[in-house]
Amino acid sequence: MKAKHQRLILAAVALCGVGGAGVLAASALRDEAAYFRTPAEVKEGKAVVGEPMRLGGMVAAGSIKRQADGLTIDFVATDGKASIPVQFKGIVPDLFAENSGMVADGRMRADGTFVADKILAKHDEKYMPPQMEGMDKAVAKGVPKA
Amino acid sequence: MIAELGLALLWIAAALACLSLVAGILYVRTGKDDLAALVRPASVAQGVLTAAAFALLIALFIRSDMSVELVARNSHSLKPMLFKIAGAWGNHEGSMLLWLTILGVSGALVAIFERRLRNDTLIATLAAQAALSLGFFAFLLFSSNPFKRLPVAPPDGQGLNPLLQDPGLAFHPPTLYVGYVGISVAFSFAVGALITREIGPAFARAMRPWVLGSWIFLTLGITAGSYWAYYELGWGGWWFWDPVENVSLIPWLAGAALLHSVSVTATRNALRAWTVMLAVIAFSMSMVGTFIVRSGLLTSVHSFAVDPERGTFLLVLMALYIGGALTLFAFRAGAVAEGKKFALMSREGSLVINNLLLTTILALVLLGTLYPIVAEAMGEKISVGPPYYNKVAGPLALILCLVMVAGPLLSWRKDDGKKLWLRLPAAVLAGAVVLFSLILFGGKVGVLPLLGMTVAGIVGVASLAPLWGRNLRRTPLPTWGMVIAHFGVAVALAGMGAESAFIKERLVAAAPGETVTVDDFTVKFVGVLPIAGPNYTAIRGTLVATTPAGASFTLHPEARMFPGLMGTAPTETNEAALLTRPGGQLYVVLGQPVTGPDGTADRYQLRLWWKPLVWWIWLGGALIAVGAALSMLGRAQLLEIWRARRARKAQERFA
Repeated sequence: MKAKHQRLILAAVALCGVGGAGVLAASALRDEAAYFRTPAEVKEGKAVVGEPMRLGGMVAAGSIKRQADGLTIDFVATDGKASIPVQFKGIVPDLFAENSGMVADGRMRADGTFVADKILAKHDEKYMPPQMEGMDKAVAKGVPKA
Repeated sequence: MIAELGLALLWIAAALACLSLVAGILYVRTGKDDLAALVRPASVAQGVLTAAAFALLIALFIRSDMSVELVARNSHSLKPMLFKIAGAWGNHEGSMLLWLTILGVSGALVAIFERRLRNDTLIATLAAQAALSLGFFAFLLFSSNPFKRLPVAPPDGQGLNPLLQDPGLAFHPPTLYVGYVGISVAFSFAVGALITREIGPAFARAMRPWVLGSWIFLTLGITAGSYWAYYELGWGGWWFWDPVENVSLIPWLAGAALLHSVSVTATRNALRAWTVMLAVIAFSMSMVGTFIVRSGLLTSVHSFAVDPERGTFLLVLMALYIGGALTLFAFRAGAVAEGKKFALMSREGSLVINNLLLTTILALVLLGTLYPIVAEAMGEKISVGPPYYNKVAGPLALILCLVMVAGPLLSWRKDDGKKLWLRLPAAVLAGAVVLFSLILFGGKVGVLPLLGMTVAGIVGVASLAPLWGRNLRRTPLPTWGMVIAHFGVAVALAGMGAESAFIKERLVAAAPGETVTVDDFTVKFVGVLPIAGPNYTAIRGTLVATTPAGASFTLHPEARMFPGLMGTAPTETNEAALLTRPGGQLYVVLGQPVTGPDGTADRYQLRLWWKPLVWWIWLGGALIAVGAALSMLGRAQLLEIWRARRARKAQERFA
């Protein structure tokens, strides 16, 4: 085998590898695009019950209710267009408060409540996923009932 | 005076960079030696002056000179000394000056120590390094002057983000920066070698210690950053696939690929064009990372400048450097002679697969990081999270580890595939033992952790194989380095697998005096007390954890409150308490007080985790760095140089 042939074979292998990786990435990204949902999208029926997903929204004013066990809280996540009741058992991050943004990992329950296993507040109060931009202004105009 | 002196030093250093560049270009074009003599001293002086300017900036922060805008914005006279110093690089201008200092100092080190390269290649390399410095000098002096004075000095400063007030974090950015910017030397070597067409084993040997050196710092920086996120954020996770983490991982992956391919070039004179290409890619990825993080494209604790003018400046600089290097590569790649050929079943073959996998992972992580930015520019809003990265990077990383099992056992040029199997029975046995014991006794374990721990078993044993049957005292340092680094990968992988498979969690609202059990520990919640720190107040919990053997340990998780300074909002942080045991770590977070029916806070939220083998992850990272350091010491041939010098001195004494 000549060195030139070897180069060609290497290039072909590399191309196949990159192509395969591209297909893998494209399929994973398509799933990913379905991973983050806003309350309005959930209301439109875009979330599958029981599938892991991430919900981003504002915590509606006056909606946080703490249960007697001291750990479980209920609140309403809203984007101004739709509202979703959320239940979470755990320690909320420091920046979690009414009228501010939150991102929760969890899944939808059949009764339409989002059960969160993790609530995220990123490194500081300025961080918001791009999908949540402008949500605070929309919410200021009014919050629909959950 | 200090600020003015610092600024003056920066201007002189910039002028020296200009001189190196011009003299270098003239020398390469005309070949006149008198100009070349200028380049080395100018590079050294530029490094020294930039470092001096950086030292002056630190002095300003130590003295809390509030008449300097940067100090007023990022420091406070009451801040503990360590954080005053760290404040010097905890902001946009200061971090850019640090970037320039490292660029300059690495250029100076090349000028002083590099003796293996042909002189014209060395001059071209230094000129390339000066060209890099020059662009960033322009950026600093025209748009981000760190020494700018305020017309009126405020009474005191605005402080530093409380999350960043952690001793570990004071050293995290400089470490990472040394890695990020140190790899610029590889970039300059590649450009220099392309210009003089000297691409071969000598060039690869000269470049190798620099690649290893900066990669060590990247490894340490990433490991430390991961540990910081683990204990400071209070979520107990050690990797979040946050864009900021990704941009440090991307140059690390490029560096890992480069240090493997450079050894093929150095030993076998093959993969030459590819090695040069990777050297260009590695530093390009550092710049892309810095741009993404610092430009404000991503809003996070890491982004300092939300300023379109600065972002554009950085983008133009980056396009210039990356585009320039790639253009040069395109013109010269054809002239790079064919390398030595090899069979697929050989050391080279396995390293090619290693490189393909590493660059593929790199591309996928880069895609995931940039995709949301590009999608947003096109009007679509998407965020890419952990499921994407775990899905694409996890399987590839495991395959990569299996290649790592085979690679070091294969001989160069050509090997027999059947013989490979004869060298592996112990490793395969170890993997099988791990796999079956996990399936039999492990309970329900996810596929990725299961495979991870199995592969860790195989790699752990196989990585030691190159030492079998060798005289350990005669084994060369680079071989030791490779063995330790590969073993470190196995250790980290085992930690990641065990942590995600066997983590135990308890979440309770406990009253003082109550006990909680988590795994084998009995933890008694003693109570809370308010305390005052140097610049915060806190609620400090006391817990006593008792092991089955009867040993007890006290833990103090804290919920800290930093008052808002100069009108900024107060900030709360959670300080987790950690108990490190041989088998893992107990991780305790103090949550919020729980109000009882009578309206008083009678209980506290507590979250307890038992994380088996979790500290193996960072131990693995440290082992990888140690391995790379041994390899670098071996490759830099410092020991040989020292021995030769001693022998010569001894001879002189006899003469």
